Amino acid sequence: MAKFNMHLLVCGGTGCRASQSEAIVESLNKRLAENGLENETKVVTTGCFGFCEKGPIVNVLPDNTFYVSVKPEDASDIVAEHVIKGRKVERLLFSDPETEESVSDSRHMGFYKKQIRIALRNCGFIDPENIEEYIARDGYLALANCLTEMTPQQVIEMMKKSGLRGRGGGGFPTGLKWELTAKVPSDVKYVICNADEGDPGAFMDRSVLEGDPHSVIEAMAINGYCIGSNHGLVYIRAEYPLAIQRLKTALDQAREYGLLGKNIFGSNFDFDIELRYGAGAFVCGEETALIHSMEGMRGEPTFKPPFPSECGYLGKPSNVNNVETYANVPVIINKGPEWFASIGTETSKGTKVFALAGKINNVGLIEVPMGTTLREVIFEIGGGIKDGKEFKAVQTGGPSGGCLTARHLDTPIDYDNLIEAGSMMGSGGMIVMDEDDCMVSIAQYYLEFTVEESCGKCSPCRIGNKRLYEILQKITKGEGTMDDLEKLKNLSQVIKDTSLCGLGQTSPNPILSTLDNFWDEYVEHVTEKKCRAGVCKSMMRYIIEPEPCVGCTACARACPVNAISGERKQAHTINQEICIKCGACMEKCKFNAIFIK
Amino acid sequence: MEQIKVTIDKKTLEVPKGTTILAAAKTIGIDIPTLCYFSLGDMKIENKPGGCRICVVEVEGRRNLAPACATECTPNMMVKTNSMRVLNARRTVLELILSDHPFDCLICAKSGNCELQDMAHRFGVREIPYHGEQSKYRVDTSPSIIRDVDKCIMCRRCEMMCNTVQTVGTLSAINRGFEAVVATAFEMNLEKSSCTYCGQCVAVCPTGALTEVDHTRQVISALADPKKTVIVQTAPAVRAALGEEFGLEAGSLVTGKMVAALRELGFDYIFDTDFAADLTIMEEGTELLSRLNKHLAGDKEVKLPILTSCCPAWVNFFEHNFPELKDIPSTARSPQQMFGAIAKTFYAEKLGISRENMVVVSIMPCLAKKYECQRDEFKTDGNPDVDFAISTRELANFIKQANIDFNALPDEDFDNPLGVSSGAAVIFGTTGGVIEAAVRTAYEIQTGKSLEKVDFDELRGMEGIREATIDVDGFPMRIGIAHGLGNARKLLEDVRDGKSQFHAIEIMACPGGCIGGGGQPLHHGDSSILMARQKAIYCEDAGKTIRKSHENPYIKELYEKFLGKPMSEKAHHLLHTHYFDKRTKITIE
Amino acid sequence: MAEIKLPENKLNQLKEICKSFDNKAGELINVLHKAQELFGYLPAEVQEVVAAELNTPVAHVFGVVSFYSFFTMTPRGRFPISICLGTACYVRGAEKVSDEFKRLLNLKLGETSADGKFSLTGLRCVGACGLAPVVLVGAKVYGRIAPENVKDIIKEYEEL
Repeated sequence: MAKFNMHLLVCGGTGCRASQSEAIVESLNKRLAENGLENETKVVTTGCFGFCEKGPIVNVLPDNTFYVSVKPEDASDIVAEHVIKGRKVERLLFSDPETEESVSDSRHMGFYKKQIRIALRNCGFIDPENIEEYIARDGYLALANCLTEMTPQQVIEMMKKSGLRGRGGGGFPTGLKWELTAKVPSDVKYVICNADEGDPGAFMDRSVLEGDPHSVIEAMAINGYCIGSNHGLVYIRAEYPLAIQRLKTALDQAREYGLLGKNIFGSNFDFDIELRYGAGAFVCGEETALIHSMEGMRGEPTFKPPFPSECGYLGKPSNVNNVETYANVPVIINKGPEWFASIGTETSKGTKVFALAGKINNVGLIEVPMGTTLREVIFEIGGGIKDGKEFKAVQTGGPSGGCLTARHLDTPIDYDNLIEAGSMMGSGGMIVMDEDDCMVSIAQYYLEFTVEESCGKCSPCRIGNKRLYEILQKITKGEGTMDDLEKLKNLSQVIKDTSLCGLGQTSPNPILSTLDNFWDEYVEHVTEKKCRAGVCKSMMRYIIEPEPCVGCTACARACPVNAISGERKQAHTINQEICIKCGACMEKCKFNAIFIK
Repeated sequence: MEQIKVTIDKKTLEVPKGTTILAAAKTIGIDIPTLCYFSLGDMKIENKPGGCRICVVEVEGRRNLAPACATECTPNMMVKTNSMRVLNARRTVLELILSDHPFDCLICAKSGNCELQDMAHRFGVREIPYHGEQSKYRVDTSPSIIRDVDKCIMCRRCEMMCNTVQTVGTLSAINRGFEAVVATAFEMNLEKSSCTYCGQCVAVCPTGALTEVDHTRQVISALADPKKTVIVQTAPAVRAALGEEFGLEAGSLVTGKMVAALRELGFDYIFDTDFAADLTIMEEGTELLSRLNKHLAGDKEVKLPILTSCCPAWVNFFEHNFPELKDIPSTARSPQQMFGAIAKTFYAEKLGISRENMVVVSIMPCLAKKYECQRDEFKTDGNPDVDFAISTRELANFIKQANIDFNALPDEDFDNPLGVSSGAAVIFGTTGGVIEAAVRTAYEIQTGKSLEKVDFDELRGMEGIREATIDVDGFPMRIGIAHGLGNARKLLEDVRDGKSQFHAIEIMACPGGCIGGGGQPLHHGDSSILMARQKAIYCEDAGKTIRKSHENPYIKELYEKFLGKPMSEKAHHLLHTHYFDKRTKITIE
Repeated sequence: MAEIKLPENKLNQLKEICKSFDNKAGELINVLHKAQELFGYLPAEVQEVVAAELNTPVAHVFGVVSFYSFFTMTPRGRFPISICLGTACYVRGAEKVSDEFKRLLNLKLGETSADGKFSLTGLRCVGACGLAPVVLVGAKVYGRIAPENVKDIIKEYEEL
């Protein structure tokens, strides 16, 4: 077997693949072969590194050189310079925006400095399609220990002691959930993994499955041992082809290695996992809806109790956790619950993965200890607001969450603090907004999502959210009244109070939190018919100021609907009847002659 | 049973473990409003999706309001059913439902009998503060049922009836979110679907989303046409329920008043479907004995059990679901159709009028009868044996329209000869009745002996599937009974798979039989109403002088003068039918 | 009596799919996924066959198909264009991109052009938030798209 002295880790996550990372792998291999280095340097396709903003990423080991924004044509330089001559390719290194100095080791980058990676521990470090790499990093050690050294109750006690809470949204204590399912007597039970990530703007579960599928498989087997189940099911989004493929490969390898199947580690414990595909329904993140979907039915939630721990898939006791929750489990077993519980806050232990996106410099996937403040996440890890704009709000918790403002920036992030602040953890979406974002429109955006994703079973969610959306539409069109704001408040409260499942019980949160934090902006929309962010098209007019306009015609050429007229070198005008308010002219104008009124 | 202490609106009470808040509240006179919840407790039919959220209550210690219908009491639970928070939430939810509901109460078929309208009334809703898009679907009219999906409030009662109880599977929730409604596959017309027209969806729909096709206008036109002789026949279950529409207690028998009302309405002859029920027994009973005796003689060709065929929804059901068994049911037509065939031949001849100038109207507890009378095999040269079937509800409306004070009417008698019937015919209206009537006659014909006791209690009851063995002079005759199509399916699958052996099986599509038909006054989930109707039916039977079909003198006369004998060629032509395979065909292009 | 027609080879393949899941109604969603792979969409005929094979009412099958956004009853275009409408893309201007596609193709989201060439759909988060706003044509990902790039993307496929 070849002994490699250098590894080139190339991100093979969906984001980097979209930027040709597969071609980079190909070019690197080609260059290495041309130089006869294929037995000394190995190119590894890994899962997501997290720093998506600067993708595709190539990390060179052992010296930990972190190349960013790599293109396939850079392969020759990386091989010729770095691999052969041992010289770093300066131009591909990350440049610190503040010091403008190159940083070659990711551990010294602002983006990574404050991160602690537990769930994402292997993402970006191993080849997810090679079980040996997982095993080499203590993979399946936890399962072996559980099966051979511990009783199920002991494992459950460890989980309880660790303080791990469900990472899918609710934050229910994981150990307790396991215990409840373990206690229900039944010949057949199921271990279910919720991988139907539906939050628009969160992709951590997919990244774990793409980058470290075995961690989930191992954890599900441990759960099976604890609750007395031999049967695992992963409910995964059909829109995640890469995650599905990697998970399938991992399952095959685990079976091949005897880590799934009969008599695992000679313990008489049998366990295997099959896949079920989601078909595009956000509500299936709710566990009863998910179970109905797995049973071939409409993904409608049912009233709890009974909980799935009592009556779940096919009426049998079932433990449902999401991907990120499972990914934490093997580490807790290996390093001990005390270690895990030492990270985080009083009520929220360990770390949380966030998908950081929006108007922020460093878009990507991050994992930070619970208790990290929003300020640290946004300004240190996230590198602050894009284009030097003003921070306005951060939306956490996806469509169920709320918008938090500058006054929440120093709030330590944990389950309870976020709820206190009027938002929630959710699955970990974190969207940063700047002064150009209209908060009424943001609320409208989320409601549009909820209206589309409501299952329609209960009346407050089915009709109420539609009415909320319509009222917001009215406001953003400049037709709202103060009475509408009162309606928004009452309706939101009632929908929260009366809806059948978590979707409806949280869907008004984006409205309530923006009403709370940006009341003035709502009032401006209603009384002054003004959108300060300049987003609500009905309230704005694009005007060309004759003074600065030099008649360069750039705006007229950019206008997609030919609304701009004027002679060359003469001031132009915009026909308001035709204008669709797309803003293309303003972006093109080099003379700041176009403004919004 | 473990007892639990709960406090509802400051009243403390003890209830058995497993009791819902809704049920517990009811025992102390607190009537929590419900919309989607529906229960026919005695028949084990329940709809509890927890979807409408009208019944929400405040439970101490819970973050959100809880649906009273689906939440079970827990020890020391503190419940408030009428706090400000609850009342505001309930009203807002109702306003939301109304905001997506057509405002055509004045002309809606359900007006006055609509649970949503009642709710709006109860809450004193005077304006709907929320406006916006309303659901827009196409109205689908079939021979029996009209679907106006815009009025669907997603209570899912019809879906539950169609799928869980009847296992017909024509209706399902479709689409998602605001667009979600209960409808057919691809929103196809009912006529193209596997719908049996049992009408149980209509019977439970709280709004005007599912209603019957109203034929009253056509009947009025026929009555007004001097060229037409209009004959009416009334099904047995109608007399046990019609009174409810006029404020009478459930179970009031109104046979005499019904006849009087029909006469007031201007029908030329008031006859009874019961007469044809006796005729059915003659044909079906003879067929049963013929098959049975052949079978006992070792004839391998003959198929048993024989299945009753008087229920048109049941006929539709097996044509769609069990076409491979279509030679097992009796070929005897239903009483409605036997009546029509005799009326338009024998009786038209007697009156000396052409069938075209005779209009036969039937009053039925059933919506499938509307479809049945339109089937091609029951027409002669395009003229149907029965022209119009109107439901008990339609008749009640008709009586009201005609300014008749129903309760003040005297009791009157049916006309002769097609108005005379035995007690055996009356019990056709309830589950177990047809087979009991058949046994009364078959026993006496087979054994030549006279029955000492005509009541067969072992065949009576409300259990969904019942089995009994009748001693026919030493021969143990195995009888099966099912009501509700889901029960019928179970029984039939057992028969098909050889798990149970019967000589004869009675099947009625509707829970309770015709007394619970889709055309009956709405019971709104009160199963005691069905029990009372059943009792009334047996009461009418007991009061009859003739209790057995073959003893009906006019039946005897009909065979002597017109038909010859049961299963004669003429009888076969007029009184029997054949069935079709209606399963969806998948063919290669 | 309803009658439906399908080409023989497709019909047999569809029946095979159902059989591979033991004709179990509980496997309906898996069956529908495979059926949609085979036909590109799920026309009524296909649903009828699936219902018959799995011995479940066709209304139930349609209830499921119409519930999940992944299932479609209209054929997608040869070049299916999906615009990510996830939050990250939204705040970086996905709506304007979507409007431009709608305008240039004269299609609404969920529609397919008359010549069957393009179909336009919105989708929620492909996880390439670093490239927001993102557009997919088939499996090809276009990142950091501005409204003025839309013309060029369409042009790429127009001649194909």
